[in-house]
Amino acid sequence: MAEKQVIVKVKRQVSQQGAPYWEEFALNWRPSMNVIICLRDIAENPVTRDGKKTTPVSYDSNCLEEVCGSCAMLINGKARMACSALVDHLEQPIRLEPFSKFPVVRDLAVDRQFMFDSLRRVKAWIPIDGSYDLGEGPRMAPETQEKAYKLSTCISCGSCLEVCPQVTGTGPRDFIGAAIISQVRLFNMHPTGAMHAGERLQALMAPGGVQDCANAQNCVKACPKQIPLTESIADVNRQTWKQALLGWLIG
Amino acid sequence: MRQPKIIVVGGGLAGLMATIRVAEAGVPVDLFSIVPVKRSHSVCAQGGINAAKNQKGEGDTTAKHFDDTIYGGDFLANQPLVKRMCEAAPGIIDLLDRMGVMFNRTPEGLLDYRRFGGTLYHRTAFAGATTGQQLLYALDEQVRRHESEGKVKKYEGYTFLSAVIDHAGVCRGICAMDLRSTEVRTFAADAVIFCTGGIGAIFGRSTNSVVCTGSAQSALFQQGVDYANGEFIQVHPTAIPGEDKLRLMSESARGEGGRVWVPRNPRDSRPGKSIPDSERFYFLEEWYPKYGNLVPRDIATRAIHRIVYQDKLGLNGQAAVYLDVTHIPRETLDRKLEGILEIYQKFLGVDPREEPMKVFPAMHYTMGGIWVNGEDQATSIPGIYAAGECEYQYHGANRLGANSLVSCIFGGGIAGPAAAKYAKNLEKGAESTESSVFDRERKRQEEANQALISQDGSENIMAIWRELGETMTEHVTVTRVNKNLEGAYNKLLELQQRYRKVNLSDRSKWSNQTLNFARELGNMLLLARVITMGAHARNESRGAHYKPDFPNRDDANWLKTTRAKWANGDIQLTYEAVDISMIAPRPRRYDVAK
Repeated sequence: MAEKQVIVKVKRQVSQQGAPYWEEFALNWRPSMNVIICLRDIAENPVTRDGKKTTPVSYDSNCLEEVCGSCAMLINGKARMACSALVDHLEQPIRLEPFSKFPVVRDLAVDRQFMFDSLRRVKAWIPIDGSYDLGEGPRMAPETQEKAYKLSTCISCGSCLEVCPQVTGTGPRDFIGAAIISQVRLFNMHPTGAMHAGERLQALMAPGGVQDCANAQNCVKACPKQIPLTESIADVNRQTWKQALLGWLIG
Repeated sequence: MRQPKIIVVGGGLAGLMATIRVAEAGVPVDLFSIVPVKRSHSVCAQGGINAAKNQKGEGDTTAKHFDDTIYGGDFLANQPLVKRMCEAAPGIIDLLDRMGVMFNRTPEGLLDYRRFGGTLYHRTAFAGATTGQQLLYALDEQVRRHESEGKVKKYEGYTFLSAVIDHAGVCRGICAMDLRSTEVRTFAADAVIFCTGGIGAIFGRSTNSVVCTGSAQSALFQQGVDYANGEFIQVHPTAIPGEDKLRLMSESARGEGGRVWVPRNPRDSRPGKSIPDSERFYFLEEWYPKYGNLVPRDIATRAIHRIVYQDKLGLNGQAAVYLDVTHIPRETLDRKLEGILEIYQKFLGVDPREEPMKVFPAMHYTMGGIWVNGEDQATSIPGIYAAGECEYQYHGANRLGANSLVSCIFGGGIAGPAAAKYAKNLEKGAESTESSVFDRERKRQEEANQALISQDGSENIMAIWRELGETMTEHVTVTRVNKNLEGAYNKLLELQQRYRKVNLSDRSKWSNQTLNFARELGNMLLLARVITMGAHARNESRGAHYKPDFPNRDDANWLKTTRAKWANGDIQLTYEAVDISMIAPRPRRYDVAK
């Protein structure tokens, strides 16, 4: 009786300059297998389905439990995390491809520095005076905390940028993406952060800001943490309108 | 006027806190991390962070937190700095609160606190069930702000290879590899703070992330940075078994009322939910009436091992017991435990709100680590500091849940200013060191890489790693027997020999993850020897270190710190007295109040 097999096809690339090519692997099925386990199997025995010796597939991973955001990739065309992609729930052959909106480093590993640069652009932090003791922070209603906590679970995986039709590049004037807009909402919700909401909103009113959202709503469906991204975008849109009006009144 | 410079290696909670403090001290800092710092393993911490804020009307005090910690650590920790940590903890919570961590709140809008293992007080602040994530993100955001102001430069995607140490034995920088280009480079600094985390990969499967190899600690050890209490390894009682990772099921599940049990009849094959209460053996509650399900981790793990391996009561004869939260109100589960319940559901396809979870102990944390001086996180080499899980200072023979997050932030918060002060006071800094010192180290590391790439043997690094993990997990975790430890040690020596003949399946010079893992594996094998040797030598049982042949704590002979040194190409164990000046050792029991 033949052992049950898992067929995995990987879109590979030796570097950003290299041309992409496909390789296919046949792995031994085990219960509760996920895509990371498949990639480890390939690393342990890097031989293609037709017997050709090759190299282990490069990919990013760390936590293996969907909290670090490392292992995002396209699995059967869908943007998702590899660690939680259970083989038994995937149609075979399983197709693995790198995210298309970010530069490829090698194979399935891409460069998502754009997301971290974007967090800088919008000043995604609470500007505390210093780390010396200044007593307790401000009180916050539990209902506010529950909303804000949800937004704080963003793992910067890039899925929402991957599926967004408005994300076409990773330059300083390109659309910043749903995740960053939602982070602005988070910091503007905090009592101290709210004191500096204007700065963050100004950044989102610049080229690549919230006005670039065309309401496709792919983002909220792709988010592995089920963050209410479209709600965040709508909220921030309102905030930027207010900001524009107020700015005119003061200025 | 010379401009000092600091390097921090590791961007988890300890490393980020150190970076913030160095930046605030006005010293430029280069921050090195294998992964983008926001993806560090600290993100996996789930349950919460301890502080005796006494906001539940229980009369909690930092003195009680201190006693719980020393008692929980079975009296092995040097006490003065642990006391300072407990006294600083409330201020740390306040700081994190100000930074915007979305801690759970009470109806009055104050932070909420839950109960955790090894204490009778509600002193664990939490953000859902993903507290480490929120803490890490808050520190990551602060560092990003300092970065935007030009005070911090990040080198993400770099791995530490070795320290640059001059002829006088003083550290003057590091040698690191750019993981994309595989280029080896040296970086000068007046002091280096190591915050390189845990060592789970040495045990094969653990609750740790991929980067937690202990490779940096091992490399430093081989350069003269002493390693202390390596034999003290924490095995967390409740993790979800898995082929790639043993995913942590937080102590907070028990903190919110979760109960551990097995069917009284080992042949009972009914689904958990259908077994009536009278036919369930809530063994932690029966054996430890006072602390129940919240006994410290070493106690709970040994109890589960006894149930499965001795009493043969594991679920369906397997190595598993139930962790049951099905009786807890849905609203509580959603507000306080959602993150971890989601993990169980995503990876096993079973809803823990409906069915009890199946869990088993897993290697989780190392109490042991780089030796530091008990004052300011300085190591045995001038210019090298250490903070976080990678050092040995705070947790003695067993760590209490929710104390790790405190110790990382506290330790990093001390190391930063201490390293900055040391750097500013140097007469001659790294910029005065001859370039030949840097070149020599760089060449040494390049040659090591080249040797691995051109090696033409027959061994496979994944196979060696698998055998390393199996050996360590079987013989050097929960139950230690000297004969088995000797066998394990010899196996490690054999694996080191076979490692000399590995054949890398990837020889490219771009983004070669195989080469990087091979470097780490070499270091892991050595650190595994340090751990095993320490365990073999210590003939007593204390905290997480359990030897059935020496089942009692032996303060007369063993109330001392194991301090391993690298000398003449071999591991040498030495011992140091423990500072017990503040709390006198007493017997450690959890069946009654202490």
